[in-house]
This record gives sequence, structure tokens and C-alpha cells, in this order.
Amino acid sequence: MYSFAYHRPVSAAEAEALAAKAGEARFLAGGMTLLPAMKLRLAQPTDLIDLARLGDLRGIKVSGSEVRIGAMTLHAAVAASAEVKRAIPALAHCAGVIGDPQVRNRGTLGGSLANNDPAADYPAAVLGLNATVHTSRRTIPADSFFRGLFETALEPGELITAVSFPIPERAAYEKFRHPASRYAVVGVFVARTGGGVRVAVTGAGPCAFRATQLEQALAKNFSPDALKGIKISADGLNSDIHAAADYRAHLIGVMARRAVAAIA
Amino acid sequence: MPTVTMTVNGRAVSGEAEPRTLLVQFLRDTLGLTGTHIGCDTSQCGACVVHLDGLSVKSCSMLAVQAEGAAVTTIEGLSNGELQPMQAAFREHHGLQCGFCTPGMVMSAIDLVNQNPTPSEHDIREWLDGNICRCTGYHNIVKAIKAGAEAMAAGGKR
Repeated sequence: MYSFAYHRPVSAAEAEALAAKAGEARFLAGGMTLLPAMKLRLAQPTDLIDLARLGDLRGIKVSGSEVRIGAMTLHAAVAASAEVKRAIPALAHCAGVIGDPQVRNRGTLGGSLANNDPAADYPAAVLGLNATVHTSRRTIPADSFFRGLFETALEPGELITAVSFPIPERAAYEKFRHPASRYAVVGVFVARTGGGVRVAVTGAGPCAFRATQLEQALAKNFSPDALKGIKISADGLNSDIHAAADYRAHLIGVMARRAVAAIA
Repeated sequence: MPTVTMTVNGRAVSGEAEPRTLLVQFLRDTLGLTGTHIGCDTSQCGACVVHLDGLSVKSCSMLAVQAEGAAVTTIEGLSNGELQPMQAAFREHHGLQCGFCTPGMVMSAIDLVNQNPTPSEHDIREWLDGNICRCTGYHNIVKAIKAGAEAMAAGGKR
């Protein structure tokens, strides 16, 4: 790891000010991606701004219609939260299948979203549940947050503070997990709400996306059978040593059917 | 170089550490606590698992400065003259061969039992996602953790 300057601000405003002054700053949340990337010298920030002392970025609040989770809340805390399990069990489940227990004890919601790994789990939940990302400057709807490979709508120095998830009628997350890395080869989050059905896919493309073809079929008939025979195009999907694009396209259908079967 | 202060195995310690110093390097090189191992350096193997404020974490994937003010427990901090029940269970059930992964396995297992005092075999195997053993095939490790959990429940956790 190359050397860098380390900062430990106590407020979001101070963190933003530090980022503005630095050459190439990175915010440090749980560090479960950033620090390994720095060890491999894939990331070489001049300044690391540790968000651990921003206490108001931690915590879970469930109100009548939404679950609001602070950006620095640990995956383990979301997975174990009785309130989240009651309001949106699929969200607690999603947090509980990220990485391994030690990753869940350090990794955070905001860190996962800001990083936007193509195979991360949380983006599927955020997009599937039509969540709102709150930042130090504005609010960003899920549909315009994920822009591409490791690319989000966040501007330089902009900090995620919380995410609010509207509570759906039913939701489920099904993940085909890579056995070594624990990342999603394909993960599908299905949510049924008063406003319709949303199906979000992670692991398959450059970033999480909605499978509108499946959403339309499920809007007419919310059952696994409604998805049978729908052919998902492999165009633009990821092909790598773990899985070819057409296999990932196939898995989207399989995971979606499993998710629907769990809640139909 | 900044000075880092934390509590390690119940003892207040401080030492100089560059910001890029990993917690595992600080524990091993600065404090001489070499029971915490470095196996993979890519956050996957779990040989470096320690407890940070009571939760199991990979000490190769965090900076020493991130542990400022925290309480860290390493494998050396478990025993008070006699083996902690989980350690004793690993010995009793031969939950190791070469032993390299064992410190991480034991620290991870104790975190599991603290959260779930009566884990099933399935719970244990799921929990070991972050700990890799290349000798045993996990069979005896799982047995050891089950027995260790029972011993901890009987004798009170430490």
C-alpha cells in the first residue's frame, strides 16, 4: 500500500471540506473494498477520510412507510435488526448474504453503494425497493443512482448519509453466489408494492439494472409460471472466468422465479 | 508518525504506526503478538481474525489507526493460564492439522457462539465462510466448534 494522509473528521461538513482540499481523496467507510484495492495498488488515494466518527450516519429507523438506514450502518446490524426483519425481511436477508461474517462486521451500506461493484448485493435491494439515496447535498432516486461500472450519480466529494427504503407488500432476494468470493454471480431482488412490481438484477451487467421484461410479465400475473419461457438477452451482460453472458442471462430467469416463488 | 492507542487483550498499548500500517502488522510487528496470522493478504482466508470491540474482523483489512481507542482481543488474550473452552475443544476434537488457520478459526468461532450460543452444524458451516482451512476438510473444526459452544454455555463465556 502506498502512503497517504489520514483524516478522521467528526461531521459530514468537515469530511466534505477535507475532500475538497485534498489531491485525490477517498472516503473510508468499512474499507472492505477500498483497503484491499489499496493493498493491491489498484487504488492510490493521496488522502483517506475516515467516516467512522460520523456517529449520526449510523442507525436504523423504521417509520410507518419506510426503513431509513444510516450510510455507516454495518451489514451485520441490518441483517440482525429485528425492526428490518419485520418491515422488509428481504432487505435483512440481502445484508446477511453479503461477503462473510467478518466482512459484514465492517462493511457498510453507504460504502457498498458508493463503490457500486457490479456484483454487490445492496444495489439490487436499493433499486428493487425503489429506495432514495440521501447525500450531503441532495436526494437521489435509485433509478438514477447507478450509472455504470463502479460509477454512480455521486459528484466528487459528495457523501452518502442515509438510504430510505419504502416498505413493500412483499419482497425477496435470491442470489447465485460465487463460492469463493461470495459475490453475486447473479442476484435478483423482486419487490411487490401498491405501485407495481420491480425486479432488480445485480452481478449480471456493468451495474444493477431493472429487468423490465420480467416486471411487465409479473404485473399481469405474479407467479413463477409467468416468467417461464421469457428469454433474457445476453447482450451487454458480463462475461468472465466465472460465467459467460448467456449463462448469466439464464440465471436471471432462474433467480427471478425463485424470488417470486418465495413470495407469490 | 502518528501514535496509535488501543486496548489489546485488556492492556492499554500505544505505538507508532504510519496510516498505512494494517492492524495485523501493528499487532504482530509492533506488539509482537504473532498468534494472529497473515495467510492470504487478500481478505479471504480469515487467518488474521481478531475481535474489535467484541466483533470478529479481519485485521489484514483494516488500518491500525482505525482501531484507535478500540478494544482488540487476539488469540493470545483468550487463555488465562488454562485454555479457553473453544481452544480446548479444538485440541480435544483435533480441529487442526498444520494449525495455521486455527487462531482465526477460534476467534471467529467465539464470535459465533457469543451471538448464537447453540449453533447447529449448518450455522457453523455458514459462519465459517470467511475462514479457510486447507488441511482438515473442516469436519473436525465443525465438531470442535459445536463442542466448544457447549462448553462455553456450560462454563460461561469468556
